[in-house]
Amino acid sequence: MSRKIAYVQAFNEAVRQEMQANDDVFCAGEDIGAFGGVFQSYAGLQKEFGERRVVDTPISEQAIIGLGVGAAVAGLRPIVDIMFMDFIAVAFDQIINQAAKLKYMFGGSATVPMTITTGGGGGLSAAAQHSQSLEALICHIPGLKVVYPSNPYDMKGLMTSCIRENNPTIMIKHKRLLGMQGDVPEEPYAIPLGKANILREGTDVTVVSWAKMANDSVDVADQLASEGISVEVIDPRTMQPLDTETIVASVKKTNRVIVVHEAVRFAGLGAEVAAQIQEEAFDYLDAPVGRVAAPFSPVPFSPVLEAHYQPSPDRITEAIRSVLARPGA
Amino acid sequence: MELSNDVLMDMHRRMVRIRLFEEAAGRLAEAAKLPGFLHLYVGQEAVASGVCAALTDQDQITSTHRGHGHLVAKGGEFKPMMAELMAKSTGYNKGKGGSMHISNLDVGMFGANGIVGAGAPIAVGAGFANKYRDDGNVAAAFFGDGSTNIGAFHEAANMACALQLPVLFICENNEYGEFTPRDKTMAITDIVDRAAGYGMPGVIVDGMDVVAIHEATVEAKARAVRGDGPSLIEAKTYRFYNHHGVQNLGLKYRTDDEVEVWKQRDPIFTFEDRMIDANNASRDDFDAVWAELRADIEEAIQFAEDSPFPTPDQILVDVYSDTPSATSGAAQ
Ligand SMILES: Cc1ncc(C[n+]2csc(CCOP(=O)(O)OP(=O)(O)O)c2C)c(N)n1
Ligand SMILES: [Mg+2]
Repeated sequence: MSRKIAYVQAFNEAVRQEMQANDDVFCAGEDIGAFGGVFQSYAGLQKEFGERRVVDTPISEQAIIGLGVGAAVAGLRPIVDIMFMDFIAVAFDQIINQAAKLKYMFGGSATVPMTITTGGGGGLSAAAQHSQSLEALICHIPGLKVVYPSNPYDMKGLMTSCIRENNPTIMIKHKRLLGMQGDVPEEPYAIPLGKANILREGTDVTVVSWAKMANDSVDVADQLASEGISVEVIDPRTMQPLDTETIVASVKKTNRVIVVHEAVRFAGLGAEVAAQIQEEAFDYLDAPVGRVAAPFSPVPFSPVLEAHYQPSPDRITEAIRSVLARPGA
Repeated sequence: MELSNDVLMDMHRRMVRIRLFEEAAGRLAEAAKLPGFLHLYVGQEAVASGVCAALTDQDQITSTHRGHGHLVAKGGEFKPMMAELMAKSTGYNKGKGGSMHISNLDVGMFGANGIVGAGAPIAVGAGFANKYRDDGNVAAAFFGDGSTNIGAFHEAANMACALQLPVLFICENNEYGEFTPRDKTMAITDIVDRAAGYGMPGVIVDGMDVVAIHEATVEAKARAVRGDGPSLIEAKTYRFYNHHGVQNLGLKYRTDDEVEVWKQRDPIFTFEDRMIDANNASRDDFDAVWAELRADIEEAIQFAEDSPFPTPDQILVDVYSDTPSATSGAAQ
């Protein structure tokens, strides 16, 4: 049975159902217990599972991740919350040097079945330290898996997979999508990590995009359809590992592709996607891979600046037109 | 310590300036004129005012997400502050920082901070520069009770003590970090207990009493200037509004009764009463201060509303400094 619920509720439901199924699953983070988390992602869970399993922590990001790493190696299945993605910087040693590497360094003997959950993305005038899209930073680290869903259905299925995964995963919730409504089955289900979703099928051009930008790209595609331009939108959903196969298959069909993301362009994931496309489908390309991304600056506070900073539907449209303008082979 | 009437009235003025600025910001936020997050300092005015009245423009402070009060107390002007909150180009940060990053280096205010605990290590650096240049200045770090749970605080406290730097650690213990009470996140009641672990003196002061805070700061500053190193001052205080925004009553993590009890101890009104009782000032004197500063606030709001937003060409400005120093002389 499926019904409409919000993105944030889909997250909450995945956590609740996995906690019901497995006593090893517990949650820890700032304000997540009695208060339910600043985004209400953890609402009601402490009430249902008690303070043993839903733990309010001090403001101690490094120790929060460390708690997850240690408890995971000791056999539990932690979900640890870092309120805003920007704050992962405070805990980077535990994420990059510990969680990501223990299995490898220990010759495979340790597993770290930990999920880090965090709020990412801009658009709230929250300025430079509460608006970042840092997915490229963490995708660069072997040993981590990174998920960034664009809708409630994917959220529940991917969060379920994260919790069941025997590797450290980072689930990024886009702050602007928390209230997004969508059909979500009541029963537990898992969407495999590393599988892209074709959000909209098309034949003229491929747009690769994720989280809020994926939805904005679908809106643009709907607009362009009225002009007879057929846009395929691919949402990788999992950023690490990246489903290159689905992207490449689409490019082989459309011969033109752009990547749209909120993070800054330089060394953003668009660079990786573009590189993989040219490695795997160079002969199919009718135009250089286009990128729509943020300029190389911190996220500005003023809404007037941020509106120009973030990729807009206009910029996405323009980029699509520009790859379409190149004569085909 | 006998404080002159000038000092007392100066501290009062700082407190009223903060109160009026914050109440105005709250009203503007409710009217949807302030983008972004807003963390009000109302209730805690005595702390910033008592501390900053003991500092000069050359002394530095670092601040928190709840930073407007620190900047006002340090001498920040209403107009560029209000303009910054409204995201205008005439703001102290040219509309790029907003409430959470508001700063003014001219008065030694090294910025509000969106990262809890991040200010303290920066104050250590400012204190290091003061000692390095032997200029007699001190750096004060303001931080909340909750921030003392983060590693950055502990590293900063230890380093400042190890290097005997002129740094004042000013903890504003308002009993909550966001929506979680202090006793859920630490096993001690008094933050000051942490001071001994680093080898610095610590005192608890009534955070609703600007005089007590001032006196403790004067003493800690004298010690720092003498070369005897850092001190920790814990001010027991309370924020009258919610963690962010302008709701005060009906919150699910604290009782209305608790709010009322603390409001009885309003740092400004209790100070005025004591001054009047001691015949140091009259109600008229205070009324005149409020009236004058109210007019200033109205003018600042008008200024901010009339100011332009920054233009998109500013996005890439100030990511880097454009020009290197001609020599390895002082960086500008
Ligand atoms: C590193 C980091 N973690 C979490 C937050 C979210 N946050 C903002 S303010 C705050 C509470 C701070 O409590 P305290 O230091 O007592 O200051 P107060 O708000 O009471 O003034 C938290 C957890 C943050 N901004 N930075
Ligand atoms: Mg506090």
